[in-house]
Amino acid sequence: MIISVASGKGGTGKTTVATNLALSLGSDVRLLDCDVEEPNAHLFLDPEIRHKDEVSTWVPVIREEACTACRKCAEICRFRALTVVGKKVLVFPELCHSCGGCLEICPEDAIAGGERPLGTVEWGRSGKLGFVHGRLRIGEAMAPPLIRRVRAEVNGENTIIIDAPPGTSCPVIAAMRGSDYVILVTEPTPFGLHDLVLAVEAVRTLNIPCGLVINRADIGDDRVKEYAEREGMPILMEIPFDRKIAEAYSSGNPFVEVMPEWGERFRELYRRIEAGKETQ
Amino acid sequence: MKRELVIISGKGGTGKTSITAAFASFASNAILCDADVDAADLHLLMQPEIKKTTDFIGGSKAIIRNQDCSECGRCRDLCRFDAISKDYVVDPIACEGCGVCVDLCPEQAIDFPVQKCGEWFISDTRFGPMVHARLGIAEENSGKLVSQVRKESGKLAEEKGIDLILTDGPPGIGCPVIAAIGGATALLIVVEPTVSGLHDLQRVADLAAHFKVPGMVCINKFDLNEEMTAKIETMCVTRRMTHVGRIPFDPTVTRAMIEGKNVVEFAPLADASRAIREVWKSVLASPAMNTLGIKDFSTTIQ
Repeated sequence: MIISVASGKGGTGKTTVATNLALSLGSDVRLLDCDVEEPNAHLFLDPEIRHKDEVSTWVPVIREEACTACRKCAEICRFRALTVVGKKVLVFPELCHSCGGCLEICPEDAIAGGERPLGTVEWGRSGKLGFVHGRLRIGEAMAPPLIRRVRAEVNGENTIIIDAPPGTSCPVIAAMRGSDYVILVTEPTPFGLHDLVLAVEAVRTLNIPCGLVINRADIGDDRVKEYAEREGMPILMEIPFDRKIAEAYSSGNPFVEVMPEWGERFRELYRRIEAGKETQ
Repeated sequence: MKRELVIISGKGGTGKTSITAAFASFASNAILCDADVDAADLHLLMQPEIKKTTDFIGGSKAIIRNQDCSECGRCRDLCRFDAISKDYVVDPIACEGCGVCVDLCPEQAIDFPVQKCGEWFISDTRFGPMVHARLGIAEENSGKLVSQVRKESGKLAEEKGIDLILTDGPPGIGCPVIAAIGGATALLIVVEPTVSGLHDLQRVADLAAHFKVPGMVCINKFDLNEEMTAKIETMCVTRRMTHVGRIPFDPTVTRAMIEGKNVVEFAPLADASRAIREVWKSVLASPAMNTLGIKDFSTTIQ
């Protein structure tokens, strides 16, 4: 089963839920940290990294000796990654979406393949837990291609936990796509609720069942719960604002290790999802 | 001289929007710009009265006209995004909008209509004009919409003779953040004293250094982990980021949010309000925010 942990708003506790859930489930579990812009799960899991790959994406390189500056490549490119100046084709690799249109259309076979580095993917283990994450290169704008690489690292494990990026646009969609279930982590504040509603819409466009974890459940008001009730959405867990949890988090310690009674609560949450009772 | 302060954080949920909104109480004449178009929240504290709504046209998506399709399979071979199903239906979420299938379909059976990907607004608030936007769910092109709201804020500032723009930025370091910080006068990076906060601050500082934008740092909820606060302050010195203050953990901020207000107007004497006032003074007094428009390269992040 593939479970994504997402939220519209940032900083609600996605990584807290993903890491503590993964650690509570025991063996045959792999965590994929798909928040490639700001990956944080490794700070809590302290995995031993066994393998690292530089990941890149295809971009065109012009073989000038063959190019006749016919402009066909610049015309097919919707992303303005190619432009013709005089008799020369200029390539802006950072704008390229690797669609390969220029390669297909060039009548002179004047386009060769180059690469734009996207970042790195690292594989490791933290005790029994399998771990993969991606780190977007500083200055790289496009996160989804790297997210898709991390997302593809499913290797027959029984359970995959995906730590998704915040928001409701293409990066989080790339992370959640193909999941069996989405846990949405929120907090009971106006910002939390507003962004939760957007996140629920995003999950629904993908037709994936979802449930809520309310973090810092006692800091705000009841509007998140009222919303969940109206929408018939299960509340899988409430985590109170507890200085011990906040301190464990601030130092990089998964709180199930400091407060082991939570391990059973996370296993119960998993059983509820697995039983399929909590689908909408 | 027009100046734009962009408030960012790397990590989400550190208090960008609460602090931006509180700054609006101190700035006597500023434009508010919400550049977090993906999960915009500033309007929840500003209750903007929308004056003008404009559609945001982001890109196009391929649609196969099945009556004209010969099912030759060319589009499925060409598509690098696996967006076309075996029965020749384009998945609009997977479609990248590259149009390669549209141009190369032998039957010319694929349409490519432009898509409305969101809306942007010019509004009035009790603190002055505001430019904000809403990106459609599951849409792309958030960077393009961020650029649009910043451009409109700049235009509005010129029209109204306002010389300060307060921009609430998005989290992360990818496309929307790059679009939010390019050409900014200075950044205020809001960080929490946690291992994640420190890690993400380093990444966003790397990004700011890459684009040569000066940056300041304020530590929110500094008292949750004073040891980590000290570590972050040391890092600010080594990386040449002006440290402009500490804000204590204060539940008043959440109470104000529930009332739809910023913390300064809700409780001007609360601990957080006093601290934010000091941060605001330090930001305005920083060399990077000078009113003469002098680019001070000694303030660039290392």
